[in-house]
Amino acid sequence: MKYTITRKEALNAEDFLIEVEAPLVAKKFKAGQFLILRIHDKGERIPLTITDCDPEKGLVRMIIKAVGKTTSELGRLGKGDSVSDIVGPLGNPSEIKKFGTVVCIGGGTGIACLYPIIKALKAAGNHVVAIIGARTKDKLVWEDEIKTICDDLIVTTDDGSYGRKGVVTEPLEEILKNKTVDRVIAIGPMIMMKFVAKTTESYGVKTVVSLNTIMIDGTGMCGGCRVFIGGEMKFTCIDGPEFDGHKVNFDELMNRLDMFKEKEKQAMEYYERGTK
Amino acid sequence: MVDIGGTRVPMREQPVRERIENFHSVPFGYDEGEVVAEAQRCIMCKHAPCEINCPVRLKIKEMIRKIAERKFKEAFLIVKEDNPIPAITGRVCPQEDQCEGVCPLAKTENGVNIGKLEAFIADWAMKNGIAEEFHIEERAEKVAVIGSGPAGISCAVDLRKFGYQVIMFEALHKAGGVLQYGIPAFRLPKDIVDYELSYIKKIGVDIQLNNIIGQNIKFSELRESFDAIFIGTGAGAPLFIGMDGEKLNGVYSANEFLIRVNLMKAYDFPEHDTPIVCGAEVGVIGAGNVAMDAARCALRLNAKKVYILYRRTKRESPARDEEVQHALEEGIIFKELISPTRVLGNEEGWVTGVELAKMKLGEPDKSGRPRPIKIEGSEFTMKLDTVIEALGSRPNRLFLDRAPELERNKRGVLVVDENLNTNMGGVSAGGDAISGGATVILALGEGRTAAKSSHNYLSKGDSK
Repeated sequence: MKYTITRKEALNAEDFLIEVEAPLVAKKFKAGQFLILRIHDKGERIPLTITDCDPEKGLVRMIIKAVGKTTSELGRLGKGDSVSDIVGPLGNPSEIKKFGTVVCIGGGTGIACLYPIIKALKAAGNHVVAIIGARTKDKLVWEDEIKTICDDLIVTTDDGSYGRKGVVTEPLEEILKNKTVDRVIAIGPMIMMKFVAKTTESYGVKTVVSLNTIMIDGTGMCGGCRVFIGGEMKFTCIDGPEFDGHKVNFDELMNRLDMFKEKEKQAMEYYERGTK
Repeated sequence: MVDIGGTRVPMREQPVRERIENFHSVPFGYDEGEVVAEAQRCIMCKHAPCEINCPVRLKIKEMIRKIAERKFKEAFLIVKEDNPIPAITGRVCPQEDQCEGVCPLAKTENGVNIGKLEAFIADWAMKNGIAEEFHIEERAEKVAVIGSGPAGISCAVDLRKFGYQVIMFEALHKAGGVLQYGIPAFRLPKDIVDYELSYIKKIGVDIQLNNIIGQNIKFSELRESFDAIFIGTGAGAPLFIGMDGEKLNGVYSANEFLIRVNLMKAYDFPEHDTPIVCGAEVGVIGAGNVAMDAARCALRLNAKKVYILYRRTKRESPARDEEVQHALEEGIIFKELISPTRVLGNEEGWVTGVELAKMKLGEPDKSGRPRPIKIEGSEFTMKLDTVIEALGSRPNRLFLDRAPELERNKRGVLVVDENLNTNMGGVSAGGDAISGGATVILALGEGRTAAKSSHNYLSKGDSK
């Protein structure tokens, strides 16, 4: 079986939207889940969070940042091309119920991952405030889509080129000071999730983070995605990907993400040489 | 005294210096002359203890007789009656504990090299395009086989022979289960696994890859659309000691290490995308087949020194003799009677070594092997760059957690009766999913038993 790309759009120099035919995934997807993709026979298996699905047409949409070899290669594919393997949806769906007021925080491509979660939270009757941030205006993705589904939207950019200048934790802190917040959900770079969890801790607001760890099979077989949640070993693929942000040791996790950094660089160089 | 049987025909192997640089098969296999000579060593003893001691009761004596007569095709067809994957079992069975161990010749000389005879005739049939021929009388009932490892393969083959429509579900992008992700190519070449799988496809088994039952398709949905189900989900979940430092970079479960190397071909990085980081000094915790596999893979990934860190002694190692032998020849260093207490690391979060405690052997435990006892205050440290934990595995939680209607015991292993039926009608299970980690041949036997149980279940109404 081949998984054909039906749509592909560059959102900026690094980020792109890709839509792929994967009927089983589209049919079963619930907010918060991910899939594992392999481009071709020599490819690696990479976990990707799902942004949106069309169950009727069997389509899955993802927003991806071209950072490594596989995401860069994926970024160079276009409509009509295909990838050899997709398996999913994987992981547990987000916990969705009527919490009250939920603040959803997204950074980078994590913003797009929030989209189905906010949709589900709204459908469950929550008041949703979204805070989305990027380094600069050009890197901000999925703003219009988020805007149409949440109650309030706050945008930050590190350089102030759009929205508020600064980082997402600043408006978050203001909201926590002035309003009752029942839950916070954060998806984005580890460092962002770390500081979101730090910010909410003193307010005692339950904070859920979605971890994107090293992963191979995604079925609980390799243990490569192991994380320690409150000292207990968990596998992100089958126990996560969402965990209590106050129990995650982000420094340890960021260190683990570096395990293959040198190799990733090597893979990228090898790929670029081959495509020149 | 007459020299009955003579000495074993030696197996030609890749020289050590060459083979530690590649992932090709270590033994070359017998040629026709050698295989006949080895078969002729068999004294055709009356009771054939080799057959009694074989988990699938392979007609070994007949196979050997035909090989001795150079009737390879007939030998192949005899084996195929009881074993759908002889090329694989011939290479991975613990023959010394089964057929070869009870061979009368094993008392004075080593027993007939039954494993290598079996592998020979399977390879010979593959090379000559010989396959067993049978007529399938089609039946309408659909049977789902969950998992495409040894248990699933043997179950699927028998179910097809009974005439059922068989759909096999595999979670990964490649079928074969442990044969694919677990056992390295130098022990089990992947073209052999691919060939056996192409055979099961040829007889009409529909293999659905990238399909995780329980996760993508609910077990209840599967039960609605199939008349019977076989669960062969294996023992894919790795065990960790639970010591300090397991979060450090450079610590792997043997599963992760082997999946990267075998399934993802990390030894061919960057031509293949999946990387592996393997340091100069590697410590493998455990001494079973998986530990030997991981250690020998590490050596082939250019590790300078590879240690087996074992709490008992070489004698108690549950690995196949041939693997221990090959590992020692290749320079793997056995460190006996020690047990890691924590992994040591540097400020950058990378492994720098392990702390170990010395052990002594006590009274036999449940496994019949002497129980290792920690010698208090004996801790010492050892410098290492990579630590691989090969402590065994347990049944895969992913499926079991999502099928709570199936009864399981305290250890999370599925409960089955002697015919391998679970507590649910038409649902059977076999292989490591019910044993928690055993051998390919046991899984294969269980797959066959389960196929019979499914057949009994589905043909209940036939005679009415």
